[in-house]
Amino acid sequence: MSAPKYWRIIPHYYRLEGTICKNCGYKTPLIRKRCPNCGSDDVERFRLPREGEVYSYTVIYSPPEGFERHNPYIIGLIKLKDGTKILGQIVDVDPEEVRIGLRVRMTFRRIAVDGKSGIIQYGYKFKPVK
Amino acid sequence: MRPSKPVGIVGWGVYIPRYRLKAEEIARVWNGGMNNMAKALRIEMKSVPSYDEDMITIAVEAATNAIKRFKLSPNRIGCIFVGSESKPYAVKPGSTIVAEAVGATPQVLAADYEFACKAGTEALQTTIGLVSSGMVEYGMAIGSDTAQGEPGDDLDYTASAGGAAYIVGSNKSEFAAEIVETYSYVTDTIDFWRRAEQPYPSHGRTFTKDPAYMRHIIEASKGLMEAMGTRPEDYDYAVFHQPNGKFPVKVACKLGFSIAQVKESIVVDRIGNTYSGSALLGLARILDIAKPGDRILFCSFGSGAGSDAIHIEVKDGIEEKKNLAPKVDDYIDDFVAVDYTTYLKYRGMIRFNER
Amino acid sequence: MVSVYITGVGMTKIDKHWDMTVSELASEALRIALNDAEIENVDAVFVGNMLSGIVNSQENLASLVVSYAGLYGTPAFKVEAACASGAAAIASAFISVKSGMFKNVAVVGVEKMSDETSVEGITKALATATDSEYEFYHGVSFTALNALIMQRYSYEFNVKPEDYGLWSIQMHKNATMNPYAQLRFEITMEKYLSSQWISKPIRFMDCSPVGDGAAALILSSKKPENRPIEIAGIGMATDKFQSFLREDLLTLAAAKMAAKRAYDMANIRPEDIDMVEVHDAFTIMGVLSLEALGLAEKGKGIELLKNGDIKPDGTIPTNLSGGLKARGHPVGATGVYQVAELALQLRGTPVGVKLDNPNIGVALNLGGLASNCYVTVLKGG
Repeated sequence: MSAPKYWRIIPHYYRLEGTICKNCGYKTPLIRKRCPNCGSDDVERFRLPREGEVYSYTVIYSPPEGFERHNPYIIGLIKLKDGTKILGQIVDVDPEEVRIGLRVRMTFRRIAVDGKSGIIQYGYKFKPVK
Repeated sequence: MRPSKPVGIVGWGVYIPRYRLKAEEIARVWNGGMNNMAKALRIEMKSVPSYDEDMITIAVEAATNAIKRFKLSPNRIGCIFVGSESKPYAVKPGSTIVAEAVGATPQVLAADYEFACKAGTEALQTTIGLVSSGMVEYGMAIGSDTAQGEPGDDLDYTASAGGAAYIVGSNKSEFAAEIVETYSYVTDTIDFWRRAEQPYPSHGRTFTKDPAYMRHIIEASKGLMEAMGTRPEDYDYAVFHQPNGKFPVKVACKLGFSIAQVKESIVVDRIGNTYSGSALLGLARILDIAKPGDRILFCSFGSGAGSDAIHIEVKDGIEEKKNLAPKVDDYIDDFVAVDYTTYLKYRGMIRFNER
Repeated sequence: MVSVYITGVGMTKIDKHWDMTVSELASEALRIALNDAEIENVDAVFVGNMLSGIVNSQENLASLVVSYAGLYGTPAFKVEAACASGAAAIASAFISVKSGMFKNVAVVGVEKMSDETSVEGITKALATATDSEYEFYHGVSFTALNALIMQRYSYEFNVKPEDYGLWSIQMHKNATMNPYAQLRFEITMEKYLSSQWISKPIRFMDCSPVGDGAAALILSSKKPENRPIEIAGIGMATDKFQSFLREDLLTLAAAKMAAKRAYDMANIRPEDIDMVEVHDAFTIMGVLSLEALGLAEKGKGIELLKNGDIKPDGTIPTNLSGGLKARGHPVGATGVYQVAELALQLRGTPVGVKLDNPNIGVALNLGGLASNCYVTVLKGG
């Protein structure tokens, strides 16, 4: 993993931030320099809500390189409290117990490690709300 | 060591991973099922981090919980120090990751500390100094570890994972508890160490007890009580570093504390020794239940060796902060036991081809 | 007004071609198509391919293919749109002929996936079709994104695993008739239901196989005298890229838009279609493809399977070649295989199940999670 490629999305990975346009009000969960709606560069960061529910999910048994050995793991399409949808792993739960509608909240975890000498990638995952 | 202006705890938070390895399971694999260590160490099980947790993720969760109790904006935190002996990067600070994750960057001082199990209280001592000098308005100190013992060794039964974060300020109206005085006692005593290229620490077995753990805690605590003019009976709670279930009780008695004073802080029997998080987790459990007016004698221990003793007085502000974040017991009680193979998987202790 | 005809078709069997490089494979199909069209040269070559850089360590592919084929000097383009690279290459070639710039062009879709021998490796390579920062970062495989759709579709429309199984079973049955297909054996429902999870609820038997193959077409503005096959319409469209940004996860909006554009250009309606080759990289995508083409209402695609409508003797013969599931899915090549198969069917010399006098065939090729879609309408003379 390239350090600059990881570093530029840190506000999103670490703090679940997105971009809001001061010109038209459009909100996106992505880190953007320009509004995808009106094209204005008068944009700023904002924090997405950290709680939501599972809109859809899948359990990966056949992982891509870089995510081996800890399959099966769960990927969730999470609908956050403000309606924004986001993608992330769901952890601290048995795959059999995940269902659409399960309430979850954000947690900070290791996402991947680049071998023995590369960087460690951190970011958000989701775990069930007690 | 008395701060030049009032300093107090304005937020605290903990995190303990969900998974547990029972002593009987370690005994099954390494000792033919003979679980004598459980009795010898008075420990039932230890916490195990998931494969996607490390000392940094634990520190971030603890810090996030502390900020919930802090209630103010994280960008008012002027310094963040993280103490650990299980840093995932030998060179690259974890404190910057914590600072970035909680939103305290960029106007912040950040550094990582190491002093075996007292790295967290090292961090706390420095934070107290920076806050009381007026150099920063608020500071955060974290002790966090995913400790590792050599498989089958005595330490394998207790080396566990967890962390605690403390936010310190000097505005008395915000105090959950006041830090009145501290006393540090340090010598060069090699009771427990790890060389850079070795995966697991080495230790001097019974050498770690009297010349190390006992001496430093006793001397630091006595030094603190002498400076404060207090005696053991003046305290409601005593919190000591917890490498196992026996030592903190033993040192408490040697100092003249009763079992009743020390028992509420003891968590090691159910989650193991969280190293830099150990004494700080014990303290957090007391803050979860203490009442305004309670007095706490706190003393950490780090091999190498040293102790930081702190005299803490609980204030009115504690009541409204207790329920703002999960308590120590919430994490202790929510657990899933794993088998030894899963433990090895989660801890990355199985050899693979290097990529 | 220029019309575009398919005057030559070539393809290799889809298999693990251990002894061939990606360029050799491509030039093989190209040769067969040139011979079929009875020409020696073309005005340009369009190469559709996704993974030559990642899996074969080869970029600058178009000029390498042209060089292998001995067509030195010919203008050459590599076109990439993930799993729709083939159709994207056809669309580019079509535009170049329709504009009057070129008279005869070749399109070759090629993929050589087996150079990546590890499953995790090919999974990672295919995942470059997902958003690198916001999807792949979290450890999704391309299959996982499709599984999110299958999970939600099953939840909203009460679809059972056995319903999806009907698709795979039919595809395998069709492929037994296609000598170019990768998987030429029938499967049972029991085999389908007991196959292992890839990304639950997607099973191994829901997924197209990994293989190597190349297919080629010659496009010409010169109308053949005998049984002309015309590309009567091409529709192209893109969708909001990220799975999580889509308001309606269960409608392939880009595919639907591409279909409308293609039908308008070709002046047809869904009812006019005699056969389709759709993009069943996963069974759920096969079902959603039918809905996107206007052959079923939203949520009703499964009915076409249950009623047998997709069979060769049904109301909408689907994937007579065996589809991506059984004919195979060498990703960048698939779009060209689809159109080549329809063209041969319209000629009367199909490679799979034979239909009686079809006139109109439609191919749907999905790129990524249907973020870049192409619909091609062929009319027989």
